[in-house]
Amino acid sequence: MAKIIVVTSGKGGVGKTTTSASISTGLARRGFKTVVIDFDVGLRNLDLIMNCERRVVYDFVNVIQGEASLNQALIKDKRVETLYILPASQTREKEALTQEGVEKVLNELAETFDYIVCDSPAGIEHGAQMALYYADEAIVVTNPEVSSVRDSDRILGILQSKSRRSEMGLDPVKEHLLLTRYNPDRVDRGEMLSVGDVEEILAIPLLGVIPESQIVLNASNQGLPVILEDDSDAGQAYEDAVGRLLGEEREHRFLTAAKKGFFSRMFKG
Amino acid sequence: MSFFDYFKSKKKNTANVAKERLQIIVAHERGMRDQPDYLPQLQQELIAVIRKYVQIDDDMVQVELDRNDDCSVLELNVTLPEHQQ
Ligand SMILES: Nc1ncnc2c1ncn2[C@@H]1O[C@H](COP(=O)(O)OP(=O)(O)OP(=O)(O)O)[C@@H](O)[C@H]1O
Ligand SMILES: [Mg+2]
Repeated sequence: MAKIIVVTSGKGGVGKTTTSASISTGLARRGFKTVVIDFDVGLRNLDLIMNCERRVVYDFVNVIQGEASLNQALIKDKRVETLYILPASQTREKEALTQEGVEKVLNELAETFDYIVCDSPAGIEHGAQMALYYADEAIVVTNPEVSSVRDSDRILGILQSKSRRSEMGLDPVKEHLLLTRYNPDRVDRGEMLSVGDVEEILAIPLLGVIPESQIVLNASNQGLPVILEDDSDAGQAYEDAVGRLLGEEREHRFLTAAKKGFFSRMFKG
Repeated sequence: MSFFDYFKSKKKNTANVAKERLQIIVAHERGMRDQPDYLPQLQQELIAVIRKYVQIDDDMVQVELDRNDDCSVLELNVTLPEHQQ
C-alpha cells in the first residue's frame, strides 16, 4: 500500500517545496519507490529544486485530462534510482485539479509506488485542499514566527475536517510538525519562538527542526535537494526527519546556538 | 539571575509576547472552528433585537456553543452599557 504524504503550511514561502524535495529524495535514497507531485498549478517550482525543469514535457493536469499517460509525464530523477517527479502545469488554472482527477492519478500511482509526496501550494483554497485531501500523513511546515504558526493551526483544522480521512470517518491524518528556518541564536536572545513554544501551541508531534542555513539557497541554486548535502546541518536535519518519519528514534540536533566567547556574550547578550 | 541575564532582561523578550498572543488567537480560532455556520447570523439578529431596547455595540454580544457528549449549551453574553436612562 502506498502512503500519501502532504507537505503543507497555509502560509507561503515557509519551505514546503524545499521540504518536499528533501523528504522524497531521502525516502527514495533508502530504496522506497517514491514520487513527488507538484500541486502548485500555475507556479511550478519543484522542477527547479529537483533540477529537471528542462525535461518537463507533460504535467499533472495533462494526465488528469487524459492528454498524456502517467508514464509520459513522470520524470525519473537522475541522481536517485527510485525517485520520480510529477510536475505541475504552468499554464492552467488551479481548478483544473478536480477531486476525481486527482484521485484517479493517485490511485494509479499507488499501484507501483511506496510513497507519494504531495507538495502543496500556499493558502487554504482549492489547490491546497486538493493536495491534502487524500493524505494519510501530513508534514506541517512551520517557521518560528506568529503568522506561520497561526496558519499552520488553520491547516490542521482543515486536515481534521476536510480531508478524505475525516469525511469518511477513518483514522485521522497523521500530523507531523516540521519547524524550519530555525535560528537558535535568536531564540537564545528571546527574539524568536523556541521549538518548545511552537510545540506547545500547535500540540502535534515534532518531526524535526531544520536550521536556517545558507546551504539551502546554495543547494536550490544548483537544483540539488538539500538532503543530498550530507555534510550540512540542514541536510542532516532533513535526513533525521526522514528517519523519524519511518519510525526511527533520532535525537534532535541543531537546537542550540554555537558556543560564544566571553566578549561576544557580554556585548551582544 | 546571573550577571549576564541581568543585561539580557533589559531588552524586551519579544518571543514571549509572540507566544502569548498566539496562544490567545489560536485558542479563539479553534473555538470558532467547531461552531455551527449559523452562529454569526444568530449573533447579528440578537444584536438587532437587543438594539430595539438598549443601545449596544456589535462586540457587546457574544454567542458561543459549548458542545458536550450528551448536551450542548448555547452561551449568550450581553454586556450592557453602564448608564442607561
Ligand atoms: N532552512 C532554510 N534555511 C534558509 N532558507 C530556507 C530554508 N528553508 C527554505 N528556505 C528558503 O525559503 C524560500 C522559500 O522556500 P520554498 O520555496 O521551499 O517555500 P514554499 O513553502 O514552497 O513556498 P510557496 O508557498 O511559494 O510554495 C526559498 O528561497 C528557500 O531557499
Ligand atoms: Mg512551494
